[in-house]
Amino acid sequence: MFKFASLLMTPAAKYLMLAFAVLFPLVAANEYQVYVMATAFVWAIAVYGLNIITGFCGQLNLAHGGFFAIGAYTLGLLTADYGWSFWPAFVGALVMTAVLGFLVGIVSLRLKEHYFAIFTLCVGFIIYLLIDKWEELTHGAIGVRDIDAPYGFGLVDFTETTPFYYLVLAFLVFAIWFMGRLSKSLLGRTFIAIRNGDELAQSLGINLMRNKVLAFVLSTTYAGLAGALYAGMVRFIGPDAANIQHTFDMITYLLVGGIGTIMGPLLGTVGIVWITQSLQFLEEYRMIIFGPLLVLLVIFFPRGITGSFLTWMHRKSQALAPAKKRQERKVDTAQNREAESNA
Amino acid sequence: MLKVEHLTKMFGGLAAVNDVSVEFETGKINAIIGPNGAGKSTFFNLISGLHQPTSGRILLDGADVTTLPSDRVARLGVGRTFQTTNLFEQATVLDNLIVGHRLRTRSGLWDVLINSKRLQREEKAARDKAMEALEFVGLSHVAGQFIADITQEERKRVAFALALATDPKIVLLDEPAAGINPEETVGFAALMRKMVDEKGLTVCLIEHKMDMIMSLADKIMVLDHGEKIAEGTPEEVRNNPVVIEAYLGGDEDAAA
Repeated sequence: MFKFASLLMTPAAKYLMLAFAVLFPLVAANEYQVYVMATAFVWAIAVYGLNIITGFCGQLNLAHGGFFAIGAYTLGLLTADYGWSFWPAFVGALVMTAVLGFLVGIVSLRLKEHYFAIFTLCVGFIIYLLIDKWEELTHGAIGVRDIDAPYGFGLVDFTETTPFYYLVLAFLVFAIWFMGRLSKSLLGRTFIAIRNGDELAQSLGINLMRNKVLAFVLSTTYAGLAGALYAGMVRFIGPDAANIQHTFDMITYLLVGGIGTIMGPLLGTVGIVWITQSLQFLEEYRMIIFGPLLVLLVIFFPRGITGSFLTWMHRKSQALAPAKKRQERKVDTAQNREAESNA
Repeated sequence: MLKVEHLTKMFGGLAAVNDVSVEFETGKINAIIGPNGAGKSTFFNLISGLHQPTSGRILLDGADVTTLPSDRVARLGVGRTFQTTNLFEQATVLDNLIVGHRLRTRSGLWDVLINSKRLQREEKAARDKAMEALEFVGLSHVAGQFIADITQEERKRVAFALALATDPKIVLLDEPAAGINPEETVGFAALMRKMVDEKGLTVCLIEHKMDMIMSLADKIMVLDHGEKIAEGTPEEVRNNPVVIEAYLGGDEDAAA
């Protein structure tokens, strides 16, 4: 079991997963499955953003879905109403979410713990209200139609599902790659130190505000990236994109997959999206299954699938490897005792 | 080294620290004792910049650090530990310690994106520093274990190592020997002595374990109700009637 599991820790496992993702459109039963997978990947990118601010930096941001919607609307409005083509609008969406993230961050991050969570919950709701009510800009409940699909430079047609799937996959791979690099870097360790405790982090010479704002801006940019891709894929968005429900869905994906881990957001999102798909026939009643499952998971596996797996692997390897060392140490002390008694 | 002048901290109408002046010399072990609620931890929080004093001055090597925020104070060489240290339980001891040297590094987001030479160099330096600190506190053998899997005493040593990884000139230790047994306490006393002798650090500690303080400290300051009521060598403090009164609550009791 352990030997088999340790195969999952090798770099080869990563490439196998990537190979599966690349081959998925070929093995999928129909186009709809490819579409569902692409949607799951889009949400996964947003969940990676949430993982930076909440998983690594420890600040529960409940406005995350709002920033997803801002990314989607920025791209939608720029292409549909202002005649921008997709890629400039795409960059515009990233800049918009980064700038708004910065502005919201420098205000909201003055608050700590649940006060921050409540504040961002309100920010998320305000974003929803603005989108829903500011009809001159956002078309209100009618939503934005005729959003541009990504321009393929004459090489590919991104209005087709499969090419779009690969586009999303490319961004997802980048998002995961960056997350992996971040987590191992001094910057990622700085975020984790803040999660461990504000006061301890400060006593280690860490500037709280600067690092928290940086993590927040990174997370909102991830959300904006996902939102922009979503708008380019669905080609229509309404105020529901900013529904607070999306934030809680993303938190669920993150908790199930493994908060503060590299692969957790992907596994959690893809896993739950497919389970939801297969439970479609239960409609709203599927929450009767999801609710208790989530409660059990949080109680028994607080670090989600990935976190629990990594912990288990580490303990196993520690138990197997130093067994030899420990024996050596015992021999040492026995010899010492002998030497002492001789002396 | 560290000079405190007329330091006062008011919380509402309550003076948690009241007009305390004291000087801690380089390379000495300075203890702060006093009954619960005497303002000892607040005193540490003021020095390390976690709280801003209501009045008074704090001088570190002659430089005024009174109003500096905590992270700046840390960069100037004030390391500290807390009564409880929250660490990342499901990460290794070494992984938890590497961030300790962060304040001496400059890599930012861009360095992470391009994996710059500077980042690589600084990460190696931080890792080496963490290993060095771990070895200093005698925990090299648990470097690869999760924080969740080490003993209470080892955790306390990790907290020491974390403070040491910041390259401090002075360390403030808040009840380092709380919650560990007498034998381990002896080990901690030796470790603090080693910090002074080998690293040339100045140590300040808050502690309730009197036998440890009396044999370890070069100088003791006694706080009671936020005020400094005595200061001196262990011998002087032990025989000071004011201290005896503060601890035992009245002359008659002390006599009895």
